Amino acid sequence: MAGKLAQKSAITLRGSTDIVAEFFSYGINSILYQRGIYPPETFSRCQKYGLTLLVTTDDTLKKYLAEVLAQIKEWLYSMTVQKLVVVIKSVDTAEVLERWQFDIECDKSAKDPGAKPREKSEADINKEISAVIRQITATVTFLPLLETACVFDLLVYTDKDLDVPDSWGESGPQFISNSEEVRLRSFTTTIHKVDAMVCYKKDD
Amino acid sequence: MPKRGDFKVEKLSEIAKRRNQIKQRKSDIMAHFNFENNLSELTKLDAPMQRGPLMRWQRKALSLDDQAGAGGSSDRHLSLPEGIAGGLSPRRTRIGSSRTPSKGSKTPLTCRTPNRTPGKTPGNSKKVSGKTPNKKTPLTPHSDRFIPSRSTTDQDLGHYLMMNNENENPLAGGKVDYQQRVTENICKGQQDPQNAKILSFRQKAPQAKEGYLNNLKVLYSSGKCSAPKALSTRQIPQQPDRILDAPELLDDYYLNLLDWSSHNHLALALGGSVYLWNAGNSTVTLLCELESEEEYISCVSWIKEGNILAVGNSTGAVQLWDVSQQKLMRTMGGHAARVGSLAWNSYILSSGCRSGAIHHHDVRVADHQVGTLTSHAQEVCGLQWAPDGRYLASGGNDNLLNVWEGMAEAPVHSFTHHMAAVKAVAWCPWQPSVLASGGGTADRHIRLWNVLTGACLHSVDTNSQVCSILWSSSYKELISGHGFSQNQLIIWKYPAMGRVAELTGHTARVLGLAMSPDGSTVASAAADETIRLWRCFEIDKQRKSSSSKSFKEPVTKSALQRGIR
Repeated sequence: MAGKLAQKSAITLRGSTDIVAEFFSYGINSILYQRGIYPPETFSRCQKYGLTLLVTTDDTLKKYLAEVLAQIKEWLYSMTVQKLVVVIKSVDTAEVLERWQFDIECDKSAKDPGAKPREKSEADINKEISAVIRQITATVTFLPLLETACVFDLLVYTDKDLDVPDSWGESGPQFISNSEEVRLRSFTTTIHKVDAMVCYKKDD
Repeated sequence: MPKRGDFKVEKLSEIAKRRNQIKQRKSDIMAHFNFENNLSELTKLDAPMQRGPLMRWQRKALSLDDQAGAGGSSDRHLSLPEGIAGGLSPRRTRIGSSRTPSKGSKTPLTCRTPNRTPGKTPGNSKKVSGKTPNKKTPLTPHSDRFIPSRSTTDQDLGHYLMMNNENENPLAGGKVDYQQRVTENICKGQQDPQNAKILSFRQKAPQAKEGYLNNLKVLYSSGKCSAPKALSTRQIPQQPDRILDAPELLDDYYLNLLDWSSHNHLALALGGSVYLWNAGNSTVTLLCELESEEEYISCVSWIKEGNILAVGNSTGAVQLWDVSQQKLMRTMGGHAARVGSLAWNSYILSSGCRSGAIHHHDVRVADHQVGTLTSHAQEVCGLQWAPDGRYLASGGNDNLLNVWEGMAEAPVHSFTHHMAAVKAVAWCPWQPSVLASGGGTADRHIRLWNVLTGACLHSVDTNSQVCSILWSSSYKELISGHGFSQNQLIIWKYPAMGRVAELTGHTARVLGLAMSPDGSTVASAAADETIRLWRCFEIDKQRKSSSSKSFKEPVTKSALQRGIR
């Protein structure tokens, strides 16, 4: 982190993974708060990206997110992760109601040992990230109500030849059958590019 | 040595035969009691089940017998009778092993323990080939394994994977190609799933507490919700005083199309025209009309003196109209996009644009643009100067509430607490440093700020999109206009922020509020194309007369004195 402060405009691979992992952490917390997966009283405010964001105070949830994101960070560093999906399912029917998909494009040339750090100011990246998070917050205006109690799950799309650690298992893509799709904004750190999209069940 | 399968079938068929015999005899004897018997059998819950799956101890006994017959393996298997097993996956548990039975979806692929493939164990053949002695078994699967997190287990996937492992016949060359193309099409051009592995953390996220229901449903469903009400000591009429027709009123949250002058004229922009309604004699005059069909008026604002009306339109121009002569005084350009908000500070007119820029115009001089503020990244929808002219508050679609001191280029405060567009911005008339702000759909809060310290004094959840806030000096109250689902106006007591009253009547969301010069009436314009006038801050005649008495006394005294002389 100290290195990042010293050179505000140079983005290294390590710095980029930190930024993207941090974005995912705040992004997932925002989604959980906005969609009402957990009671709003369990969230507290913090300032980040020039916005007031809500993060959970529940210890079990915090631990779960920390473990998952630590692993994702490793995969980001090795550039083997392709997508991160937040799936929201109903508890009673186990039906997938919403699917938040974050596509990650990695610029593989940054992995070379001789690669120079990229030039992009942190302020620009923060501005792009804050735009995405504001869009996530604003989606409440068109997303259908989640009537039943819901639970969420995180899926990670990785390269086929990746060595799967013990604590992770394979899963299906968990698509939604009759869905409406909305593309959100994207941001890039010049090494990692993250696109966001939300799929929700059409209620006719 | 008889095959395991045969042995079991024999035994069960014998049991079945015996059962049938008994039944026949029974029915013969008591044929006329059959119906009653059946009924009582069904309703008796404590009698041993005649037609259910075998009891656990029975099943174990059967499997032990099998094992004894076959010369048993180290693993024990629980085998279900045919009736249940037909079509369902065999459940296997390892009794005595330290490992907890795994969930359905994880077992087939990643588990590294032996003896897992269903096809290999001998016990499996009877599943498909055996006869069903008990035809009336219920189809609900009966299992006794522990599933740690039912809600996040993908049972369908697990079942499919387990079933498919048996009948795995390699596809012919052409079929593989076809299948690939089908999957590609189904995945809608997304990355070929064969190239990616989809992983999920084994330990699932904790579930929300029992009994926690998503409260967004309460927020977004129509129907009156019981809100805590503060005691109101006065009678506030629940019906509007008047309803005015406002056809073609643009249903755009970000525009400010209503304003009431100090001369008691209500200015309203409908599409491309501006109308003035004289509240005193209820006459309507058309002030101006835009020629082009595509352009529209986006904002109206009266100067404090009440004789000049500033009109902002979609082209980015701000026009100043002399109302008494119905003449256009000047047109001020400079904005790149529509002007959604205007605010007067004696001779300075500030205009907020869709680009996020705020321009200060000095209306007396030819070179009118005297200041430019660019702190907002998206449309500026809320703009107001403080009554003493020291501060300017601006709210934008980027969820920022900025407070500027005078004509400064950088804001003194930039509040990010709101999570949606800040359109409702209102300064307190009697406390010059207190500011009220309201957020849009995703935020729904009203916040009170002290701009000297930068602290948020109070925050209230209104459960609805806030479009406008007005202060009432006579009663020390606030009134706010709302959208979905009630489309109501709420009156709050300051500073406690308890609800005094709720005024309903609009059938679509409220878009703007304006207060009469005497402070007694509030006009609300809504998307249902009406303007309702609510007489909610009635000037108390007693209070008025008592205050005027104090002025009269010295006059009468002196008159008396004069008289006496």
